[in-house]
Parts: sequence; C-alpha cells; structure tokens
Amino acid sequence: MSAPQACPDCLRRSRLLAHLAPYIEKIATGTVGSRSPELLRLSNEDLAAAAAPNAAAQILTEIGAVPESRLLADLVAAQCWACCRHDQRFPVGLRDAADAPWALIGRGDPALLDRLEPEGAVTVVGARRATTYGREIARELGRELTAAGLLVVSGLAFGIDACAHRGALEAGTTVAVLGCGADVAYPASHRSLWRRICGEGLVVSEMPPGTGAWRWSFPARNRIMAALAGMTVVVEAAQRSGSLITADLAADLGRDLGAVPGPVNSRAPAGTNDLLAGGACLVRDAQDVLDAMLGPGVRKTERTGPALDSGQLRVLAAIEEGEGTCDAVSASLDLSGAETASALATLEALGYVTCSLVGSYSRTLLQPPGGSGR
Amino acid sequence: MRTTRRIWLLSLVSVLATAQTFTLDGIAARPVRVEVDVHRGLPAFSVVGLPDAAVREARERVRAAMVNCGFEFPLRRIVANLAPASLRKAGPGMDLAIAAALLVASGQLDLGRLPKLALVGELALDGAVRVVPGVLAIAEAARERGTEAIVVPAENGPEAALAGDVGVICLENLTQISALAAGEWMPDRPEPMPLRLSSEAGVPDLADLRGQRHLRHALEVSAAGGHSLLMVGPPGAGKSLAASRLPSILPPLAAEEALEVARIASACGRLEDDEAGGRPFRAPHHTVSPAGLVGGGNPPAPGEATLAHRGVLFLDELCEFRRDTLEALRAPLETGWVSIARAGAWRHLPCRFMLVAAANPCPCGRGEADPECSCAPLAVRRYQARLSGALADRIDLLAAIRQPSAEELAGPQGEASADVRERVAVARERQESRLGPGRSNAEMGPREVRECALDEPAAALLADAYSRRRLSGRAHDRVLRLARTVADLAGAETIGREQMAQALQLRRRDVE
Repeated sequence: MSAPQACPDCLRRSRLLAHLAPYIEKIATGTVGSRSPELLRLSNEDLAAAAAPNAAAQILTEIGAVPESRLLADLVAAQCWACCRHDQRFPVGLRDAADAPWALIGRGDPALLDRLEPEGAVTVVGARRATTYGREIARELGRELTAAGLLVVSGLAFGIDACAHRGALEAGTTVAVLGCGADVAYPASHRSLWRRICGEGLVVSEMPPGTGAWRWSFPARNRIMAALAGMTVVVEAAQRSGSLITADLAADLGRDLGAVPGPVNSRAPAGTNDLLAGGACLVRDAQDVLDAMLGPGVRKTERTGPALDSGQLRVLAAIEEGEGTCDAVSASLDLSGAETASALATLEALGYVTCSLVGSYSRTLLQPPGGSGR
Repeated sequence: MRTTRRIWLLSLVSVLATAQTFTLDGIAARPVRVEVDVHRGLPAFSVVGLPDAAVREARERVRAAMVNCGFEFPLRRIVANLAPASLRKAGPGMDLAIAAALLVASGQLDLGRLPKLALVGELALDGAVRVVPGVLAIAEAARERGTEAIVVPAENGPEAALAGDVGVICLENLTQISALAAGEWMPDRPEPMPLRLSSEAGVPDLADLRGQRHLRHALEVSAAGGHSLLMVGPPGAGKSLAASRLPSILPPLAAEEALEVARIASACGRLEDDEAGGRPFRAPHHTVSPAGLVGGGNPPAPGEATLAHRGVLFLDELCEFRRDTLEALRAPLETGWVSIARAGAWRHLPCRFMLVAAANPCPCGRGEADPECSCAPLAVRRYQARLSGALADRIDLLAAIRQPSAEELAGPQGEASADVRERVAVARERQESRLGPGRSNAEMGPREVRECALDEPAAALLADAYSRRRLSGRAHDRVLRLARTVADLAGAETIGREQMAQALQLRRRDVE
C-alpha cells in the first residue's frame, strides 16, 4: 500500500485554519452556541472573510505563498504524515460530512487509516469529569470492543476518553483524534498516553503540526470523531456536556448512537440518560455495541473467564450484591480477613473484579463459566 | 562574719573556680566546663561562651538562690565562662554548676569532692533544684567520661540511675551542697526506674476493635513485617482507634532499644515519672511543619519522627498534610535517620518508626459509592491523586475500611493484643534468623527480595498479576515483601499461592 498523500491545497487549508484559529475563537465563543462547524463548511475565501474581515486578503496571500516543499518539510519535522480528501486512503466516513476536514494530519501507523471505516470503527466518548463507574465501563468497553476486532476512536481528553484509549491499548490498538496538532500532547498530563498511541496506534488531527488547542477546536474535533465511526457511544455525560455535541453530530450524520445508563439520582450521567430517553441504543457492554453495529448475534464477545471454586463464587456473588470492600465481604460471608483477601486477589488477577485506588471493589463484565450471564 | 572577712581578703586578688556539667545537643549530651572568675571591679555578673537566653538568665536565678539559701552573693565583677566556647549551650541545666563554681570562687565552699562530680540542675529562686530534660543522656555521657558521680535533681534520680555504672547523687536544695562537698553527707543511690519493654498495662488494647476483620488482618501483617500501612475509610470507621492499638501488638523492645526510646523521651522532656521505654505512639496534627515533623530549628531540635523512634508515627488525614512536610519524611523513612544541617550545627537523629497513615476516600469522607457523597468526580480524582505522591510510594499496605454495622459494634470484643503480639513476635523471630538481628521484611533490599523462595503457583499468580495489572517494578518487590511476611505469619518456608494472593490484595494501589 502506498503512503498516504496530500495535495498542497488541502495542506494550505489546514494552515489557514491554524492561522485563523484566534479569529475563529473570537466569533465561535463570543456568541451563544458553538458555530465552528458551520464556519468550517465555508470555502477558504468565505472563511477568511467571515473570521477576519480586515485581514482576509493578506492572510490568504500569505498562505497561498507557502511553497509545497515547506509544507512537506514541516510534516516530516514533526514526524507526521498527511492524507487529503483527494487521496484514496482518506477515511470513507469523512466523505459523508459536508464540513469534513480537507486533510488529516496523522502521527503513528498509517495502515490504521484503512481500518477507519464506519463498519469497523466505534467512537467512545464521555465527560472529562467522570466517576469511577464511568471510567471503569469506558475501559472495559475499550478493551472488549478492541478484542472483538473494532477500532476504538476517542479524543485523548481526561476521564472517559483516556480510559477508553487505555482499555483499547490493553487489547490492541486505538485512534485518537485531537483538536490541536497531532504532534502536540494535549492535555499535557496525557503525554505518556499520547506517546503510547503514537507508537502503537494512530493520532490524527485536521490542524497542522504545532498548533495549540483552542476552545472551538474541540467541537470541531468532535465532528471528525462522529464521522469516522459507524457508532458513537457516550459512556457518561452530564447535561450540556461536550460529548453530547459529538452525539448530536453523529445522529445528524445518520450514525448509530449508543449510551451507557447511569444512576437516575446522580447528575454525572444525566446527559446519557437523556440520550437513552431520546431513543439512543442502550449500551450495557461490548456485545450491545456489536449487535447494534453488525446486527444481533453476528459477532460475539468473549465474556467467559476461567473456572472458579465455590468459595470464590460466593465472594463474587457478594461483590455483585454491592459489598464494596474486603471488610464488608468478610463480614457478610463470615470469612476471616485472610481468606477473603486471598479470594479477592484471585478474582482480581483473573479479571472478575477491579479494585480502586482506595480499595473498593467493583464487578467487571466477565462471567464465570456455566453462569447464566445476564 | 568569718565568711565576710575572707571575701574581703580575697578582694585583693582574682580567684578562679571550675565545675563540670553537661549541655544537651539534640538528644546527645556534651560536656561543659564552667569557669567562674571573681575579681575586683564594679559589681557585675556576665555569662560568656555562647549561652542561650535560658543560660543567660541563670544569673538571676543563681543570685536569688544563693541569697535565699544563706550564702552571700559577692558584690564584685563575676565572669562565668562556659567552655568549649564554640558549642552552643542551651537550657537551664547549668544553674547548679554555675552556683557551685561561684560558691567556690567566692570562698564560701570548699572544693572537697567537687572536682570528681558533674552537676546538673535548674535552680529555683528559693534554692530548690528543679528537674531538667535529658538527664539519661547526660548520665550516660558522664559514665563514658569516667566521672565518679553525677549530681542531679532529686526527681531525675531514677532516670539517671538507668545509665548504670556511674554514681548518682540526688540534690534537693542548694543548701545541701556544702555537706556534699565536704563529704559529710552522701545520699543513697536511687533505684533506677523500671524499663518497659513491651506495651502491656495502660496501653489501649486491640480487643476494642470490634468486627473489622480485614483491618485486623492488615494490622497484623503490618506489625509482623514492619510494613507501613495506609487506611482509607469514612470518618468514624475506627482508623485512629486501630492505629493507636498498633504499638500494643508490636513485639517487645530489646533492652537497648527501650533505652534508646527513653533517651529520646528524656531529651525532649517527655519521660513519664513512673516508667521509661515502651513503643511510642505519635500522632502529629496535619498542620505540623516540616521542622516539627522531622526535626529542625536552630539549634536543631528533634521532631515527631524521632519521638516515634521504635514506635508508630500516625499521620491522620494524610491528604491534608502539606506536601513539603511529607516530602521531608521520605529520606528518614528510607534510612531510619534524620540528618539536619544548620550553619554551625549538624545533627544526626535516629527515627526508625512504622508509618501508619489514614485518609478519607474522597473530600467529603463518605466515599463515591455512598449516594450522599456530593464530591465532584474531578475533586475526588485530585484528592486521591495525593494518595500516590512520593511519600505514599513508601507505603506497602492498604486497608479499605467501612463503617462497622450496629451488630458488630454491639458484638463481642475482638481478639486481644497479647494473642496477636505472640504471633507477630514469632514471625519477627523468623525474619531475624533470616535477615539478621533487628531487621524486618519491610527493610529487605532488592537482592534479599529476589532471594525469597516462591512455589510455582505463587510465582504464576505474581507473574499473571504483573502482566495483567501492569504492576511496576517497585510494586512487584512490595508484593514480594508482603508475601514473605504473610508466609512468616503462617510459618511457611516457601511463599505459597495462598500467601501471594493475600499479599496482592493487601498491597497499596497506584494510580495509572
């Protein structure tokens, strides 16, 4: 397969976006509601005129004067490559969107571009301010969907996004879509995760290398995530969360939309519960996603773990009933501290339960063999 | 009348007298020679030789005590020099020596036995000799120097007698000094105070902890291997109660260790009247400063970490401590020593303690699983991130605690400390026979950790956990140390699968 290609015009478009970023920031965030997707639909001339009426001509001349060699040299210097809409390898999903980027700048494995098709990719997004529950589910969805052969797309943000990426990396590879340049690790504290994805997966962006993050570039990034995948799953989002923008955009494109239910008395998952009430597909585990995307029962996730003895099954049942700590389990089952500790560690090692930083246990989706499942 | 005439005669020449005493430097005693010179000139009394404010004020105390005990205060030029001049002298313990030297210099006291004695004590205005801190260290230093006997305040007598091979003379009042110097009066050597090796009477017992089997298990493992422990749970779940019971299940102190504890307590003025030794339990408030925790100030004074030597240092509300305070604790925790360097002073203080920390699961304390918890997820993340800072990295065990149920609280008492202590002591013996005297599993170096024997299923479980949960190299060693302790408690030579599983469960978790 040939290397991904980009024509100079498309690369200049991404330069123009970076150049206009501060102007767009002013009009996109100065008014109510985000208008960046509408703006990005415009041609170069209209966009420049709309964003920077006074400097439009000068900016367009400047951008037009950048030589092709310089455009390519910048990409090479940032260890990136580009793929524009005129290239065969440009992701199919993006061709459906009227406001799609002209070119994708990528860092990492270009072979993953070919897997970025609506039938094979799923976008997992959610709030940055996520609960432990949401993070755990995101991680598992990421892992199990990847294990089932799907490509998990997310946005490298705090909370759900990062957990989905981490889960996916446990089972294979993943794609991160950034609002800044592909060579910029944003947020900075996810630098190590970003580096890992660059090495084992793919990072893409519509911005040229070196561009910083702007407030408007996140909703803009969301439209790419929504278009790339056949289904968008919102794991946890409060009302008015940014991930609901992704959900809206996905629905507008006619993509499947899924949401993970959360407790109805809590504010953190209110947005996802609203999505469910509005008809989004109910996502309890990876199997629900596979059924929705590929048709019921077409592909099964592997959800059966190694065999357990009766004592371990009792402890597992206690965790399922909501006993969160080692202490509570030993009190409810009348086991000694040592016995409970050993059973819980085995269950954790086998992947049946997970333990948080403060020592509270929660059940994973893995089922013991012979169990009835749900 | 006769005394007055002698002073008059002596007024023609300058007279010098000396006395031996000690000053405290951190927790060690340093010898000080008091030289008093009385000569002609305008009446004045000055103290030279780097005295601190308390030593300088000795002038007033000595003057009043001498007058009130029937001596005469010479109205002449008096200079008291404290040698060596380069050493800072602190505290009121030099009053007695200054007074004795001044009495000799002014001809009111015969030298007699004084050159063979060291004198320590603070003077009251009526001449009574008051207690001073650090008498144990001072008596030991006197013994090292070959001093025949040490004169101490009567209340400090039993403490000084702990030092062993040195005479101890209890002085109640300055008036007794003439008879003492002349050899007419010689009090009996006081009985040394009892040295407490294990914590028994008067120490809270683990039986008070009802239910909480997991916490009991964690406490026992932590005591058996000397592993530091982090307890996480809602307020009122019994974290402080459990921590304060930990000294009672630690193995008995060796006599030398008990003496170390007593020496530190004595130097800090915290020695109780009836007993010395026993495992200390220190619980500094979270507003403590770095100097308060590890020692500091100028001149450097011991901190909470040194006071907790051979005992337990309990940091309640770990997340509320200042970051620099906790950072300061890192190196001492690793080495067992605090080194404080100040301009002109350098101290090396022992601090081999067990660290026990407690924290709430989230800022409101209820824990995320509780529907009442109103903490924003980000706030919880930020709070919990503080549980994995540099200090937390040195913590081996995590015990997640929950509120005990009403039945548990009304239920029977738990196992008593004495029974647990017995098992802990046996496990410690096994460690000492393997690692050497006084060492525990928590202190094992990387090489010793690698030498721990594992059976096959245990190794498989550890390898599985290592690859699946991405244990770091440090966490891997931590689990092995814990597993070794669990195996020592079980009396096993080789770490089995069961013990490895327990260690994996008990280990402290890291953030990703």
